[in-house]
Amino acid sequence: MSEEVKKENTNAKDLTAEIKDLVVEFRTDYGIVQALNSMELEIERGKTLGLVGETGAGKTTTGLSLLRLIPDPPGVIVKGSIKLDGKDILSMSDKEMQDIRGKAVAMIFQDPMTSLDPVMTVENQIAEVIKLHEEGGMEHALTRAREMLELVGIPGSRGSEYPHQFSGGMKQRVVIAMALACNPELLIADEPTTALDVTIQAQVLEMMKGLREKYNTSMLMITHDLGIVAEICDKVSVIYAGHVIEHGTLVDIFKNTRHPYTEGLFNSLPNLENRTAELKPIKGLMPDPSNLPKGCAFCPRCDYAMEICKTEKPKRVYRNDTHYVECHLYNEDNIQEGKVSIR
Amino acid sequence: MSNTAAVHENEQISIKKKSQIVDVWKRLCRNKTAVLGLIIVAILVLIAIFAPIVLDYENQVIKTDYGNALKAPCAAHPFGTDEMGRDILVRVLYATSTSLSIGVVTVIVSLTVGLILGSAAGYFGGKVDMIIMRIMDIFLAIPGILLAICIVASLGNSIINLVIAQAVSAVPTFARVVRGAVMTVRDAEYVEAARAIGAKDSTIIFHDVLPNSLAPIIVQTTLQVASVILSIAGLSFIGLGIPAPRPEWGAMLSASRAYIRDYSYMCLFPGAAIMITILSLNLLGDGLRDALDPRLR
Amino acid sequence: MSTQPLLDVKGLKKYFKTPKGMLHAVDDVTFTIEKGKTLGVVGESGCGKSTTGRAILRLLEPTAGEVLFEGEDVVKLSKDEMRKKRTDMQIIFQDPFSSLNPRKTISQIIADPLKINNIITDKNQQLERVRELMETVGLADRLINTYPHELDGGRRQRIGIARALALNPKFIVCDEPVSALDVSIQAQILNLMKQLQRKMGLTYMFITHDLSVVNHFSDDIAVMYLGKLIEKAPSEELFAHPTHPYTQALLSAIPIPSLDNRKERILLKGEITSPIEPPAACRFANRCPHATDRCRSAEPQLKEISPGHFVSCFLTD
Repeated sequence: MSEEVKKENTNAKDLTAEIKDLVVEFRTDYGIVQALNSMELEIERGKTLGLVGETGAGKTTTGLSLLRLIPDPPGVIVKGSIKLDGKDILSMSDKEMQDIRGKAVAMIFQDPMTSLDPVMTVENQIAEVIKLHEEGGMEHALTRAREMLELVGIPGSRGSEYPHQFSGGMKQRVVIAMALACNPELLIADEPTTALDVTIQAQVLEMMKGLREKYNTSMLMITHDLGIVAEICDKVSVIYAGHVIEHGTLVDIFKNTRHPYTEGLFNSLPNLENRTAELKPIKGLMPDPSNLPKGCAFCPRCDYAMEICKTEKPKRVYRNDTHYVECHLYNEDNIQEGKVSIR
Repeated sequence: MSNTAAVHENEQISIKKKSQIVDVWKRLCRNKTAVLGLIIVAILVLIAIFAPIVLDYENQVIKTDYGNALKAPCAAHPFGTDEMGRDILVRVLYATSTSLSIGVVTVIVSLTVGLILGSAAGYFGGKVDMIIMRIMDIFLAIPGILLAICIVASLGNSIINLVIAQAVSAVPTFARVVRGAVMTVRDAEYVEAARAIGAKDSTIIFHDVLPNSLAPIIVQTTLQVASVILSIAGLSFIGLGIPAPRPEWGAMLSASRAYIRDYSYMCLFPGAAIMITILSLNLLGDGLRDALDPRLR
Repeated sequence: MSTQPLLDVKGLKKYFKTPKGMLHAVDDVTFTIEKGKTLGVVGESGCGKSTTGRAILRLLEPTAGEVLFEGEDVVKLSKDEMRKKRTDMQIIFQDPFSSLNPRKTISQIIADPLKINNIITDKNQQLERVRELMETVGLADRLINTYPHELDGGRRQRIGIARALALNPKFIVCDEPVSALDVSIQAQILNLMKQLQRKMGLTYMFITHDLSVVNHFSDDIAVMYLGKLIEKAPSEELFAHPTHPYTQALLSAIPIPSLDNRKERILLKGEITSPIEPPAACRFANRCPHATDRCRSAEPQLKEISPGHFVSCFLTD
């Protein structure tokens, strides 16, 4: 499909969040770290986008940039645009950003142990968020806080307890309650279940799905776990070295994988069906973000690398309305037929 | 082996992080006050080393010259002369050597004893910990000055006795610091790993635990030198310190009391020397503490 | 040819004293591991799997029970005798950051076991053995004088493996060896460990919470819950016929990275009970969808319901 038709389709979409061409650098004593390189992201209203990648790919930095919480120094937004609900947040004042954080956009961090204030009761922590953004004073805020606790499966009477009196799974639910307290349009969840046991993870994911349905919240689910992606996401962006290298719906990514890195991710996972098959890991390591290779960032680790990959960055090629990949293996003509294979 | 081959192929990782010492040095240098402290301490150390070599003890430091007594600062005597006609600048410089060397020797002795007691208490815990620390508490309960006075009064007024008195007071502090540092590291997984490969406790303490608990010990060492110097000055001030005629800042201060109204320069220079030494050691110690703190990275 | 298992654990208990009472971290655990095989031990946090591993190696002193290694009860050995046994029984830790001494170079870390046990005293021979081990685990030779903090998680874990192999052990406890690593690095390390097992005839006890990994890696799997061994079976059998309700819930909770075969989740209600002074009942009863009165008043014992498949649950009666 032509670029013009693509752009039209984009404008017709109702986007809760949109990142275009974002470049973020961390300027440190040891050099400049390229955290995000022309990062692009689109989250449609009421839908969940999975941002998949490994450690150091730039997932958390992307999440923080949507809230303009990148530490400055040493982080610098060099260029690009970040829009929430069509409004550019890079040009907003600090006060305007404070209004947005917690209300229009909320974030859940990975470690519930450290996200909660140990010296405040849980209902007070939730009430704090409500009071900041809604009218009605403390009484109203506390009532709403207890309602939120019930919503996430914690008896309201436990609201007067302190975080250390709860288990890991329950703490994470409190964090989720806090994030959803003001009914945000966008929820950013940064590996929310990684620190939890697998049975608790199942409970928390079910709960998040239910809440999302009820409030029509858009969600950015940052994770490295493709199982969670299959469970809860509508669309997927695969990020490598600060840049999205493949993007599409679940069917696009799981059934029509195109990029060698995405293929590598799938092949690294033990196959529950075929237990004796040997794992096929991706050789090598993530590139040093302060010294990225010229050309395609994945080239040094890629089984399909060609000469051109070393010198030129690949262009974006669309397979259909939703699915695109950036890889020299593909062009307009051969994209329909995949070159990579999942065992 | 395919694994090995795969790893060898992709060796383009640039090892960016330099060694830890360089890292600490860089952080120290960023702290302006710490750098100031470091420079001054370095100068003091140089003075301490070279003063006894360059200056003639018999003729310049202790030789009395009553004809020249109580001269105000001038070209020949930049710090003036004292009540016995001795050049104050020369005596202040020489005293640097005395104070610093006693400080360093005392700290080395008390650090060694403190290391042994503190690491035993911290590593083994339980009864060993309790016995050692209660004994340390007893010593800590005795005021340092009082202890020093007792020791010096009973054993005599000599440099060795001074060192003993100061060292005994300093051991509990070191034992405490070492114990705390060891307890932090004792539960680290690499200590468990050492046990798993069959290492004995003594090996573990010396090779694994202590090298990784150095930070607070280094800081305490710097600060303790300052503390000892100050104590010695105090003892000398009341006449129980370094015996005359060897110059010592505290003794010089004490002697200047009688002349403070008309010849204030006599107490100004020794006093300033004490202040500058203590201040620079403390600035350096604080700077080291910040630079070594892993959480500030 | 002896059919004696390499490791025979009988009634292993490890209790900790707390102000509120005895904490039953490991309670009466019994299993065997044959030479050259891998036993996967799975369970969630607080189930006692790591404690079991450490108690077997006497890094934690067992409160009760027997640990027969090649027929000899290591629990009864003196401190010195145990230290000598360590050449046969080693451990790979979970955290490649904290299990390596930050002040030692790779070469020193890998040479340590050789030095400490006086296996190789000549410095040159030590260096040669270190190089050999580095080659075996896939560490480039030029890294020999680097420090752990200069390397990434995958490489650090290889150092841990090299260190465990230095003494040519027969048995290695692997405590979540790949949990702290990225998925693509996990795969590299798992492949390496499997190769080493084949090449050196190693026996592994593979502790993990990741069920998909344990399936791929183990011959048999033991499931633990709150200090008790509640099910043990060969891997294929466990995944095909999970019998204990907890095992069923655990398996259904694994997120599947595929759009096919999506099954209905069994969601457990409630929270895990306290391991301190647990009552004489099935520890899983409060969360079990099939619990009966009997489950709440008595403790079930481990029974063999089919060859090699053991379950501890009243529902199998």
